[in-house]
Amino acid sequence: MSAVSVQSSVLRVLRVVVIVALVAATVLPFVYMLSLSFVRIDDLLRDPLRVLPQLDRITTETYRAVLASEEDGGYGFGRFMRNSAVVAVAASALTVMLVVPASYALTRLRFAGRSQVSWLFLAVYLFPTIIIAVPVFVGFQVLGLGSSLVGLVIAYIALTVPVSVHMLRNYLAGIPESIDEAAVIDGASRFQIMTRITVPLAMPTIMSTALYSFMIAWNEFLFALLFLSAKQDLWTVSLGLTRLADGQEVSKTVLMAGSVLLTVPIVILYGVAERALTEGLTAGADKG
Amino acid sequence: MARVRERRPRPGPGVTTSKLRGRESRDGITLVAPVVLVVAAIIVVPIVWTVVLSFQDARYVDVARNGLFNELTLDNYADVLTAPAFWRALVTTVQYSVATTVGSITVGLVAALAFRDRFRFRAPLRAVMLLPYVAPVVATTFVWQVALNPQYGVVNAFGTQVLGWEHPVNFLSAAPTALGTVIVYDIWRYFPFAFLFLGAALTGLSKEIEEAAVVDGATPLQKFWFVVLPQLLPTIALLVLFRMVMAFNEFDDVYLLTGGAAGTQVASVRVFEQLTGSSEIGGASATAAVMAVFLGVALAIYLRLTARQREENR
Repeated sequence: MSAVSVQSSVLRVLRVVVIVALVAATVLPFVYMLSLSFVRIDDLLRDPLRVLPQLDRITTETYRAVLASEEDGGYGFGRFMRNSAVVAVAASALTVMLVVPASYALTRLRFAGRSQVSWLFLAVYLFPTIIIAVPVFVGFQVLGLGSSLVGLVIAYIALTVPVSVHMLRNYLAGIPESIDEAAVIDGASRFQIMTRITVPLAMPTIMSTALYSFMIAWNEFLFALLFLSAKQDLWTVSLGLTRLADGQEVSKTVLMAGSVLLTVPIVILYGVAERALTEGLTAGADKG
Repeated sequence: MARVRERRPRPGPGVTTSKLRGRESRDGITLVAPVVLVVAAIIVVPIVWTVVLSFQDARYVDVARNGLFNELTLDNYADVLTAPAFWRALVTTVQYSVATTVGSITVGLVAALAFRDRFRFRAPLRAVMLLPYVAPVVATTFVWQVALNPQYGVVNAFGTQVLGWEHPVNFLSAAPTALGTVIVYDIWRYFPFAFLFLGAALTGLSKEIEEAAVVDGATPLQKFWFVVLPQLLPTIALLVLFRMVMAFNEFDDVYLLTGGAAGTQVASVRVFEQLTGSSEIGGASATAAVMAVFLGVALAIYLRLTARQREENR
């Protein structure tokens, strides 16, 4: 056999092995999470190897316990989820409201400092979040925003704006300017062009930008830890899960149910918008 | 990044031109200003503040009382540079960053190549492969912690009952293993990112050169090594840069998995500990500033080295 055909057949087998192994490695932790969330803690301790519970031993008590408020003997994830949802929705809505005009200006208008703005956004990623978190925290304390969801929303906007501008700007740059010019000739103002033409045309990308910032805000941990640790009624799901996991008293399978509740909204949103999100993020990557 | 278009409609001659220009410039600045203000207030000002704080012997009370105006000193830097723990953290950070960067990009590249040609369920499986990257870090680190736990984790149960390990392994709480585990976790979490970008780059390659190589008798490995890989190098170089910066500044993953114990204290975790444990704001700021300088120097070297490469590619 020639080298070509030997290599081809080896690679064909290897390819299947690689795909199976990678899919297993990505999926199994999530299967484990979902499955343990229905297991009684004593079953887990008795036989850790039994990942899928016997049908008659399946319990949903974990979910009741984790969702119920503290007065009802639960761990208050219902409220944590509401906090996370409020923060994430507010952050993504405000991000979009800021980013759409900015991206429009960056692709359509010439003004002093345009290229500097792009550099500013890149530079943001050179610094660890931890070093900006502390001055922000101290500054917010002075302004009275320290231990509040409002402060968290403002911080999340700053974290998501740079990538959002990048996604949206790439898309807007692809919309022919002749459409804008035609509208100008018809007597449209800048504001009308933006709201009547640019926004409807860019709606898919605007939605994926919104989803991106929702996901970042929902998943975020460090700022929530610094801002809200002391205020249990304001905890987000991420913070609540880590705080409860630090102690020994909450059973691990109940916390697994908490992890599922933390993960499911993200997986659903990602499932809905997977294509738009990945295309938005990699826009321009194939051009080298 | 797509190039921002420069072509403008040509307005009428004379006064109107400069008037229109002025309006355009004003409108542009007005539209961008809110975003710039938020980024400046939340990111740029704090960075500057951190640099100032690093020259002060400040604790929370001093900062709350005096703001920026405390006595200036170089003590923090002297303390940082003479502390063995700092150098240990730096070495750990470098090991961790290099290993996760190389690991996640290699696995991502292998995945992208395996997914290159069509097969059944390719699209849904590709979407599934991105889950570790999109899922909340708090949830996935928690799952890993439980799965790796010596008492009730499935991995140790499998190891001891099926593979015949003598003892359960302390994956996250014993010295050399813990850093390895954190690195494996991060390869797992970030390979989808490389997979996504390399996949996009692969679809952008023209098939013609490869077909020509096949006609000339190149084996699949030669085709990869001499034709495909060189074309991916710009994307890989960008990914290395991006992942190195992110890994160097990483906090969540390490803090959530080990809390910085068992030889996994990377720089960000050390800064966090200085802040919350001993509330040395000045010391923490100085540590952060020194790390930023190290990162800046490393980036400058990397860009200089790859600049030559970029010239040659042109």
